Amino acid sequence: MRKVTYREALREALREEMRRDPTVFLLGEDIGRYWGGAFKVTEGLAEEFGDERVRDTPISESAIVGAAVGAAITGMRPVAEIMFGDLTALAMDQIANQAAKIHYMFGGQVKVPLVVRTPFGAGVNIAAHHSQSLEAWFMHVPGLYVAAPSTPYDAKGLLKTAIRGYNPVFFCEHKLLYPIEGEVPEEEYLIPFGVADVKREGADVTVVATLYMVHKALNAAEELGGEGISVEVVDPRTLTPLDKQVIINSVKKTGRMVIVSEDCKTAGVSAEIAAVVAEEAIDYLDAPIKRVAEPDTPIPFSPPLEQYVIPDEKAIIKAVKEVV
Amino acid sequence: MALSLTKEKLVEMYRKMLEIRFFEEKVFELYAQNLVPGTIHLYAGEEAVAVGVCSNLRKDDYITSTHRGHGHCIAKGAELKRVMAEILGKKTGYCKGKGGSMHIADFSIGMLGATAVVGGGIPIAVGAGLSIKLRDTDQVVACFFGEGASNQGTFHESINMAALWKLPVIFVCENNLYAMGTRQSRAMAIENVADRAIAYGIPGEVVDGNDVLAVYEVAWKAVERARKGEGPTLIECKTYRHKGHSRIDPAKYRPKEEVEEWLAKDPIKRFKERLLQTNALVEAEIQQIEKEVSAEIEEAVKFAMESPYPTPEEALEDVYA
Repeated sequence: MRKVTYREALREALREEMRRDPTVFLLGEDIGRYWGGAFKVTEGLAEEFGDERVRDTPISESAIVGAAVGAAITGMRPVAEIMFGDLTALAMDQIANQAAKIHYMFGGQVKVPLVVRTPFGAGVNIAAHHSQSLEAWFMHVPGLYVAAPSTPYDAKGLLKTAIRGYNPVFFCEHKLLYPIEGEVPEEEYLIPFGVADVKREGADVTVVATLYMVHKALNAAEELGGEGISVEVVDPRTLTPLDKQVIINSVKKTGRMVIVSEDCKTAGVSAEIAAVVAEEAIDYLDAPIKRVAEPDTPIPFSPPLEQYVIPDEKAIIKAVKEVV
Repeated sequence: MALSLTKEKLVEMYRKMLEIRFFEEKVFELYAQNLVPGTIHLYAGEEAVAVGVCSNLRKDDYITSTHRGHGHCIAKGAELKRVMAEILGKKTGYCKGKGGSMHIADFSIGMLGATAVVGGGIPIAVGAGLSIKLRDTDQVVACFFGEGASNQGTFHESINMAALWKLPVIFVCENNLYAMGTRQSRAMAIENVADRAIAYGIPGEVVDGNDVLAVYEVAWKAVERARKGEGPTLIECKTYRHKGHSRIDPAKYRPKEEVEEWLAKDPIKRFKERLLQTNALVEAEIQQIEKEVSAEIEEAVKFAMESPYPTPEEALEDVYA
């Protein structure tokens, strides 16, 4: 099968959906013909679809998402890009109070089919305002779906589903994933929300990992396999809805669970997943749940400081060994 | 221009203003009887703004609204009984009891909803304007907000964006002098919010917000401009709320003389005098309209009171489409 990068897979999803549906349009800062998006996801799209549908905006995150909301409730399917995940804080009212609540608050009168795409993640030395992983903020808002693909295949299939859906989707990307290559078929496919993917089967311990951490978990699993420890790596792919069943089934099989997520530990993604298993499958656990996450600090700048706080393969291996 | 309005149109405008006034008086009364859950922000005193603007709009035009939104809904053509039912938390309300007084919407008439986050609806209006542009229709959006909201970042981000893209949005600032208890002069160093238009390269108009015909005329120009694709206008309507900010507020921060001065400028009283003076209507016709509107309000209250509450489990519905 052909291989494309995560970035190209996202671009293909946007291109295909824009060709299929004239109500789909993109807006965001520097996404158009002059720059093609800070991470080049939208490169070339303005040339094909024009500046109206691939719309550069002023630096106004709140108005970007608000405009997407207004367009979504009047017949369009906007896809907004927020250049860095950290900057979603500037648009939080529109995401959490408006987009997420309009369908409910107005008694189901109107649907809000919009997507907000944004990259999270540390690892490129750009410090505290451009490196966070804030997925959990959005998991805490009923009315939003939260997608978090780790591979080009998942990125394309989930983004197409997000664009075709009828709910606001917060679409988490990761800046270190953009250049990663993976198999993506030529033919069209969609990936439903709420269906986790077992990225590697194993028998001794379940490692639930998200976004870039999936790749580190797979590296760790490979190394542990050499030492005779069989690791199953589960990628939820969407955090809301969360596929509890695949996670619980895996835990039933292995009896052990490590959760790996790049966000800081307190009240993070890993806390929710741990709580689900504690509530619904604790009898199947043979060891305490372990969480590998960032310590509760802002992301520091200096390379040795930054590397210290980002979860790595060593930390995953250590956590696995503590439970097996 | 305003004088060229037909009698039919004038009557319709007067009736709408009365509907809002009588509706709000009734809500206040029901509130006093403990029949309205939560809080209420009454539109009484500001009727000329919603009616003056919305009388220029078609059914397929859009509006966005605020926490003080009953008047906007009624002016755009919402059914009184369903607005009242929503305020009482009933299943038959516009939002099935999920929204309440501060969150009424009626998408069938282009009422895109009231947001209770001050300034939160302004970018949404811009999005509706962008949608109109992309769909290439000649609809327009009227975006209502208070002078307090004009200090939010969303106001500035939104007007800049709408001006840049020449979107068909009419930004209507209802300047009622107070954001809760904060007088305008304690929150901004300028007297006219409309002056902010110059920063975004669009027209800014100040109008007597208690004169429905003056509001109508200014809004008419802005709507025409928007429909022709010439871009947005910022209209500042100087007005006053007759009651406090919300139900618990006796509004002691407002000087007695100021309140009296504004009550004397009551928009309904003034419009009525104007209609009588110009012989557009005679006293008997006015009385007939008042009678009819009172009956409509009673009917709305009856409908709302007799409607069932939603079943508790409905709280779990409509989270996702």
